[in-house]
Amino acid sequence: MTRVFPFSAIVGQDEMKQAMVLTAIDPGIGGVLVFGDRGTGKSTAVRALAALLPSIDAVAGCPVNAASEAEIPDWAQVEDRTIVSKPTPVIDLPLGATEDRVVGALDIERALTRGEKAFEPGLLARANRGYLYIDEVNLLEDHIVDLLLDVAQSGENVVEREGLSIRHPARFVLVGSGNPEEGELRPQLLDRFGLSVEVASPNDIDLRVEVIRRRDAFENDHAAFMQHWDAEDSALRARILAARETLKTMKTDDAVLRDCAELCVTLGSDGLRGELTLLRTARALAAFEGANAVTRQHLRSIAASALRHRLRRDPLDEAGSTTRVTRVVEEVLA
Amino acid sequence: MSDASDIWSRAALAVACFSVDPAGLGGIWVRARSGPVRDRLIAGILAGLPPMGLRRLHPNISDEQLFGGVDLSATLSSGKLVRSSGILGTPTAMLLPMAERATAGLSARLALALDAQSGHALIAMDEGAEPDERLAPSLADRVAIHLDLDALAVGDCPVLETDFDAITQARALLPNVQALPEALDTLTRLSARLGITSLRAPLLALRLARASAALMGETLVDEEDLTLAAELVLAPRATVLPQSETAEPEAEPEQQTPDTPTDPEDTTEQSERDMPIPEEILLEAVKAILPTDLLAQLTASKAPRRTASAGGTGAAKRGNRRGRPLPSRPGALDGEQRIDMVATLRAAAPWQPVRAKQQPDRTGLHIRPDDIRIRQFEEKSDRLLIFAVDASGSAAMTRLAEAKGAIELLLAEAYARRDQVALISFRGEAAEVLLPPTRSLVQTKRRLGALPGGGGTPLAAGLRAAMELAEQSKGRGMTPSIAVITDGRANVALDGAANRPQAAEDAQTLGRVIRSRDIPALVIDMGNRPQPGLKDLASTMGATYLPLPRADAQRLSTAVSVALDA
Repeated sequence: MTRVFPFSAIVGQDEMKQAMVLTAIDPGIGGVLVFGDRGTGKSTAVRALAALLPSIDAVAGCPVNAASEAEIPDWAQVEDRTIVSKPTPVIDLPLGATEDRVVGALDIERALTRGEKAFEPGLLARANRGYLYIDEVNLLEDHIVDLLLDVAQSGENVVEREGLSIRHPARFVLVGSGNPEEGELRPQLLDRFGLSVEVASPNDIDLRVEVIRRRDAFENDHAAFMQHWDAEDSALRARILAARETLKTMKTDDAVLRDCAELCVTLGSDGLRGELTLLRTARALAAFEGANAVTRQHLRSIAASALRHRLRRDPLDEAGSTTRVTRVVEEVLA
Repeated sequence: MSDASDIWSRAALAVACFSVDPAGLGGIWVRARSGPVRDRLIAGILAGLPPMGLRRLHPNISDEQLFGGVDLSATLSSGKLVRSSGILGTPTAMLLPMAERATAGLSARLALALDAQSGHALIAMDEGAEPDERLAPSLADRVAIHLDLDALAVGDCPVLETDFDAITQARALLPNVQALPEALDTLTRLSARLGITSLRAPLLALRLARASAALMGETLVDEEDLTLAAELVLAPRATVLPQSETAEPEAEPEQQTPDTPTDPEDTTEQSERDMPIPEEILLEAVKAILPTDLLAQLTASKAPRRTASAGGTGAAKRGNRRGRPLPSRPGALDGEQRIDMVATLRAAAPWQPVRAKQQPDRTGLHIRPDDIRIRQFEEKSDRLLIFAVDASGSAAMTRLAEAKGAIELLLAEAYARRDQVALISFRGEAAEVLLPPTRSLVQTKRRLGALPGGGGTPLAAGLRAAMELAEQSKGRGMTPSIAVITDGRANVALDGAANRPQAAEDAQTLGRVIRSRDIPALVIDMGNRPQPGLKDLASTMGATYLPLPRADAQRLSTAVSVALDA
């Protein structure tokens, strides 16, 4: 069976790992966009995240992973209604997936063979309460992007077609990865991602050697390697669970709110989503670090991830958004 | 430069290594035209494969075939649910002919399958004729062995012999093959020096070295194996010439005479860092087989692909998801397409009595697979012509009136073709969108007539406005083209300062950005004398350059139509 590389064993790429862990603590942050070169461990990290995430309690046979019997949508014919512990769903949205596959459609096979009008749930249903992963997100076709924008915003998937009228919850964390050389993302979709990180191959030779060494050990000395890193993963999972608890009692000063607003105003980011994400992410980070209040230091560590994709694009300043954010952070939080 | 028999013997070794560990190495990318040479290689590869499935893919293969799904024919005829298993369901060697035609979607799916490490291997046969017509980078990154056999003639290539005993023994030996940590370091450092950013390359190289050691009956990876791995896996991926840090970037490596004392690489490499010796040996091996035209290829691959031709009407996409509906056609359901239920029922209706007699025990409708009708749509994106007009003092003096006349003629033509038009003028310190994309002829004419002249030439600002408008319109499904009409004496920089060198530089920068965004463009020089600077700008933008020293409106309009329809 497919073996998953442990999350903790990923060398470097701290910003990406941090962003993913933070969305696991607070799914409300709203997803991660990972942009970078090929072979930098983007997909490895997402698959590893799936194995790392704590499990959820859900109705066994429910197509949308409902948490309780009451939440099962009325169109679903669920036979097994026991509550079981499921792994957090991490669903791949492949490129070229059709609208039918994404949102669900008339179950043609049942319609034709049994003459029943039934709904066949799509990927959005399966991703409910979990993650939706889109590799090469910048190559996704526009009409699928439009669908996703709508659903990611409303948290609900509405299907009105082929004589069906169906709605079901579709709350998921959107994780996208892509290679910026192959195309850009529309600003509207960019904005839907809470955090964005840029990854690059490490330039440091020793780091590169360490990457290869661990991968080699993973493949050729699997048992020993996994024994070590499984323990690390479990520790990280425990930290995530603990942070979810801490988050409930997290205190946020007005001064921090003011900092968030000032950062966004200075950077000229559109809308208020920037402030909200900044705040939620800083709170999640504070919880992860075991602090009981958000400080400027937390803001500083996550400002680039939360804001760099929300800046107005300056065509003459191609790679500069990270620099711009860092500069403003230094000015405002000086 | 290595000669033909060298290439072929290396290919033979590659095939043998691949036979030892097809899934681990991910696959082989063969770049060669269809012919006896490729046939021999493929025959060799297939002969050596372990007992695993072998499936032939095609570039337009459906998801149903790849991942499996409901077998509709069987389901309909038996009246109960029958599922078919897809190609990716079981470990398979996948033979992909015309690999250069594989879409981004298919490549992403196959890449996913290779990533899953569930025993798949890809044999990609790439017949690309042009340098930028090639296997998708996402797949190329994941298959270890890259072979380019285009230069070979069949006489150089004896039939590949498969030594089944050696391969079987090597497969048994492979799990026990060890590699020293230094071997790993060396491969990683070497790939970094060759400018290979992907970290998959050294991993795949290491796997190839292991396979090679197993093939030799050894349990430790030695220098010979590493050399082979460097040659087969790292050399084809190199993006920089190893000595380029200090030597002239244009300098080709002196591969014929690596020992010449005047060669800069010897001195630089020894003084550069204290490298373990094997790495230098590997580097030499790699250098010896680096293609001589590496630099040419690099510049070719750096330049963005220009797939869309400039102009015509917007690209028509025939699909089955949205757009203008076309008549339904018969077809198999493959999970991709949408069924046209009414047309399907209509097709089945006449046959109902007959079929009911044939199968009297079945109730309900009798629908056969060949009744199924598939919906089709055609989507045509609107063409948008963005005019960026120089209304500066110098231009106004010369030919602004003529330019206006030409644009009016073009407008009439655009109206006839239902194209959209947008108008941007730049003068003084900034550019202004006079008219957002519209089909309204009257409005455009009115704005154009009222276009005032005078002031400096903020060419860069005009280009930026045009590019932003083009990007926006792309998002709305239009196919934009930009026509810049100027006399080329840019003297106002982007920040509004009157600074001639800065202005020219800003214009060049924006030209590059426009090219990288793949927006078709046209530069019309309306100066009294053609400006060499404008010609440069046009080539930076990847645009057609039209000097019109003595053109009237009619000729300008004709030239624009011709250039955009080309």
